[in-house]
Amino acid sequence: MEDSGAGRGLAGEALVRNTTCYMCACRCGIRVHLRDGRVAYIDGNRDHPVNRGVICGKGAAGVRQQYSPARLTTPLLRTGPRGSGEFRQVSWDEALEIASGWLGDARRTDPRKLAFFTGRDQSQALTGWWAGQFGTPNYAAHGGFCSVNMAAAGQYTFGGSFWEFSEPDWAHTRYFMMFGVAEDHASNPLKIGLGELKGRGVKVTAVNPVRTGYAAIADEWLGIRPGTDGLFIGALLHELLRTQRVDIDYLLRYTNAGWLVISDPGAADDGLFARDSDGTTLAGEPGGGVLPSNRPGIKPALHGRFRLADGREAVPVFELIARRYLADAWSPDTVAARTGIPGDVTRRIAAELANAAFDQSVELPVAWTDWTGQRHDSMIGRPVSMHAMRGIAAHANGFQTCRLLHLLQIFLGSIDAPGGFLYRPPCPKPVAPNQRPAGKPDEIRPGQPLPGPLLGYPQGPEDLLIDAAGRPQRIDKAYSWEAPLAAHGLLHMVISNAAAHDPYPVEVLLLYMANMAWNSAMNTAGTIEQLTAKNEDGSYRIPKIIYADTFNSEMVSYADLVLPDTTYLERWDCISLLDRPISQSHAAADAIRQPVVRPEHDVRPFQDVLLDLGVRLGLPGLVRRDGSARYPGGYADYMVNHERAPGIGPLAGWRGANGTEHGRGAANPGQLQRYIEAGCFWQHELPPGQSYFRHANRDYLDWARHMGFIENADPIVFQLYSETLQKFRLAAEGHGPVPTPGQWRQRIAQAFDPLPFWYPSASDDQAYPFHAITQRPMAMYHSWHSQNAWLRQIHGDNRLCIAREAAASIGLEDGDWAWISSPTGRIRARVRLVDGVQPDTVWTWNAIGKRAGAWGLDTDAPEAQLGFLLNHLIPEIHPDAGSQRLSNSDPVTGQAAWYDLKVSITRAEPGGRSEPVFEPISLTLPGSTS
Amino acid sequence: MTAIPPGGQRKLGLVIDLDTCVGCQACVTSCKAWNDGGAYGPLQDLDTQGADPHGPWLNRVHSYEDGVGAEGRTVHFPRSCLHCEQPECVTVCPTGASYKRAEDGIVLVNPDTCIGCKLCAWACPYGAREYDELAGVMRKCTLCVDRIYDTSLPEEDRVPACVRACPTGARHFGDLGDPESAVSQLVAERGGLPLMPELGYQPVNRYLPPRERRNIQGQAEPVEPTAPAGAPPAIDRLFGWVDRMLSD
Repeated sequence: MEDSGAGRGLAGEALVRNTTCYMCACRCGIRVHLRDGRVAYIDGNRDHPVNRGVICGKGAAGVRQQYSPARLTTPLLRTGPRGSGEFRQVSWDEALEIASGWLGDARRTDPRKLAFFTGRDQSQALTGWWAGQFGTPNYAAHGGFCSVNMAAAGQYTFGGSFWEFSEPDWAHTRYFMMFGVAEDHASNPLKIGLGELKGRGVKVTAVNPVRTGYAAIADEWLGIRPGTDGLFIGALLHELLRTQRVDIDYLLRYTNAGWLVISDPGAADDGLFARDSDGTTLAGEPGGGVLPSNRPGIKPALHGRFRLADGREAVPVFELIARRYLADAWSPDTVAARTGIPGDVTRRIAAELANAAFDQSVELPVAWTDWTGQRHDSMIGRPVSMHAMRGIAAHANGFQTCRLLHLLQIFLGSIDAPGGFLYRPPCPKPVAPNQRPAGKPDEIRPGQPLPGPLLGYPQGPEDLLIDAAGRPQRIDKAYSWEAPLAAHGLLHMVISNAAAHDPYPVEVLLLYMANMAWNSAMNTAGTIEQLTAKNEDGSYRIPKIIYADTFNSEMVSYADLVLPDTTYLERWDCISLLDRPISQSHAAADAIRQPVVRPEHDVRPFQDVLLDLGVRLGLPGLVRRDGSARYPGGYADYMVNHERAPGIGPLAGWRGANGTEHGRGAANPGQLQRYIEAGCFWQHELPPGQSYFRHANRDYLDWARHMGFIENADPIVFQLYSETLQKFRLAAEGHGPVPTPGQWRQRIAQAFDPLPFWYPSASDDQAYPFHAITQRPMAMYHSWHSQNAWLRQIHGDNRLCIAREAAASIGLEDGDWAWISSPTGRIRARVRLVDGVQPDTVWTWNAIGKRAGAWGLDTDAPEAQLGFLLNHLIPEIHPDAGSQRLSNSDPVTGQAAWYDLKVSITRAEPGGRSEPVFEPISLTLPGSTS
Repeated sequence: MTAIPPGGQRKLGLVIDLDTCVGCQACVTSCKAWNDGGAYGPLQDLDTQGADPHGPWLNRVHSYEDGVGAEGRTVHFPRSCLHCEQPECVTVCPTGASYKRAEDGIVLVNPDTCIGCKLCAWACPYGAREYDELAGVMRKCTLCVDRIYDTSLPEEDRVPACVRACPTGARHFGDLGDPESAVSQLVAERGGLPLMPELGYQPVNRYLPPRERRNIQGQAEPVEPTAPAGAPPAIDRLFGWVDRMLSD
């Protein structure tokens, strides 16, 4: 596979090398065609499980990314004030000495003085581990403003989630429904699948306020009002229950529908599961008794009241569910006024889902064995599949909305069933994964590492990272009462909190590929002020900022020390099963990047730099006893030789001395060569009998345990009713070892309902009548860069898209300029009149607008003159927070609620440019003219 | 002016499925990349960091809305040379640089004899030709003639770069002169259409119109929300049904 000829079209010294794309999060296999040592053309690797040979608009434009004039070329040390762009070039030795000096000082006194946050980082297994070795709990990547609601809701419900941990069963599905899927989400895999479904005549339904991208080719587009998806989904549940179209057998086998919930209002265990003396959860017998819920083959009662041994009563989960969602509050006609979806449409969609699930069920002639040892001759599936993403996640009600969606999937019997929604290894995980966040007060010690992973899944209030007074331990306040289940941290609050010294000051902010001075921040202008805010003595509120990026993004000028990264074509990387893998539903897989060209400039891979800094700091996992580097060969060395558990390292393929072991085995010095020979990826296909119902599939669970995905082979029971959430509610009533402090009680009691529910998340202030949302265009999707000479010819500026009738009511015509205002600020932009948008919603492309001078752009570039960001209008502090500095986030997970934005729109004078206008920023080095 | 050779049997062209095109621009940048880096390149751009970045593209995708309300659609429309059987862009060429190949019908430009007069661009109603300011010649889709006959490529790769790239499988390449070819069969099955046939240029490429939207009403009738008179409350009916299910 390596170094094959490239065909005559690319004549001369042409050859092809395989690697993995990094233009978004899909991690497609690509073939880079080189001519005379330079990248000439990139196409897809046909053998690769993710993209099967295709490529997208971004991936093919990677050529221009490589040769972008916006690339950083050398380490830089700030000489002028922050934001001036005045730097001097420094050598790598000097840069690393400075960085390790700053970091070492922080570590010796209080490791929390380092806040290390990354953006769309694909090396989180390294960066998170490094932060733990440093000893700071202040680490996360960008999930807090991306889709942590989706990730957490899935993990707390069924041990999986959308995105790279699942996919529809494309081959068998007979109905496909998308909720809030931004344009180009999941890029090539979803596009390939949609093409197949449309060819097979499978109905595709898109629930989305905006009709672009995938919604444009859907058979039915439901233009829902933003933030009301939970109501719509609840109404579908209502319909399925009302019409008795629920997979009862599936609920009994795989969920806690039959578990008994203690009904004893006011008691410390009210709402927890009834348990026997061994701690085993109980279920009710139709005759009235109780028995352990895990007894194989039982058919417990799904309704009724049952008396426990202590005389108290308990109720099955299913009864609680039925009573909630059958209430009139959830009827399709009741919710229609809020969702904008007529009741008869909701009833029809529910009937269509039920029809596909139950009247068109799929039976595969594949034998399998369940966790009890019972053998089944076939696999019966409910061929309804779904995909959902930020549109339902990025609201302050997103966690519970995502939980509602998972209940819908489970009621249809479609999770990991043929034709349904399929896990991708390493999922399924236990609900929730048995990984609690490290960083409790007694775990943070000067010069010492933390005892475990920094990001995890609290099982109750006792796992929060708070001090005895209930105050947050992390700078982003993750795992505090403000965001108890913040499984991905809160990148969006780091700069705001650090500048406010709330909950404490930090000394060093280390950021990697996160453009926080522009499109990756809420309240961009405010964030710039925070980055430059000073104490009374003239020192910066955030004393030291180190930034690593490949390009001269808007953030660079606000750094004190700039560490230039390579492109993705110039370095080693691993796309690890320990991190966010590229597995397929029926295959575990991981991949590498190999350097296919030499670095263009004096730049270094950030991962190598991080390892180097770790050695200079003497971090325990990074040095040997004698203080020498444990991975002297840099990241490639780490990828091969690092072990997270005995025999388990970043790469699962070709382990063992001879490369014959997979998943578990000794380090293999020839491992990377084996990956290269195989096209830079490894995959293990699951046998057919392990391909479905894996949450309860004995052979799969045994294999997953061997691979280290799960600790034991116990079945994974879907938690329709979440006892974890109820524990927080009880804490809010003052119960338990860690009761909720008074000011948080009402919020926790409301948000932590153990059964999913809906509450309005956007303001209903009539002064701001329009919902305002953003998405990236397909050709620039999920990239922290995406700025190059080709792509900017396709998307060089953006407009605010508004429904025609709404525009008419304001007197706006296509191309007019308008003022768009929120309580946080106002912006000036041009409008485009469209039909395909929910009438109370406006939307635009995100991150097209650039600051003049950044990204190597001329100051008159349309990105700066005509492009704009909605970010200026989105507060990072909740407007109703008073003096609390409460983040504008979901109260369960801390997910940034940036889709809750409401705005007013008025006509502006013709002509001119977009506003606000920022001074151009450009890098000024001694001797340079710009 | 330049003559068109007698029509041959082979009519190579593209079939583009408007039902599945999501407007992702994969064909656009793949085309640009191949033809910039390939034998017919470079396709250089001007003002790449400035106010008006531009350069020749041989394929572009336009997105627009059609219809309103329930009948409304957002349509993504890829546009490139249609390799017409009667290409006026060829007949107007004063130097013979623009020509149509007898053997496969591909319309090409010989950059060595093209004088960049742009007459062909004026003649083409489809906007398929773009002027390369740096090279001073016209550029257009070659159907990746430097790929499709390249026997050093694996056979499955001997297709235009746009077809190789397309993630939804919306682009197909083949011989539209052969009624038995896969592309001809696809056109027949899906009612593929030429673009603006009334102009008389006889485009070879075909567009597959959006499929009828799938409506599974009839199979899946919604259940009326009103329960029969005297029926027990919905929750009791549900629990009664559950009990029957469990006693089976």
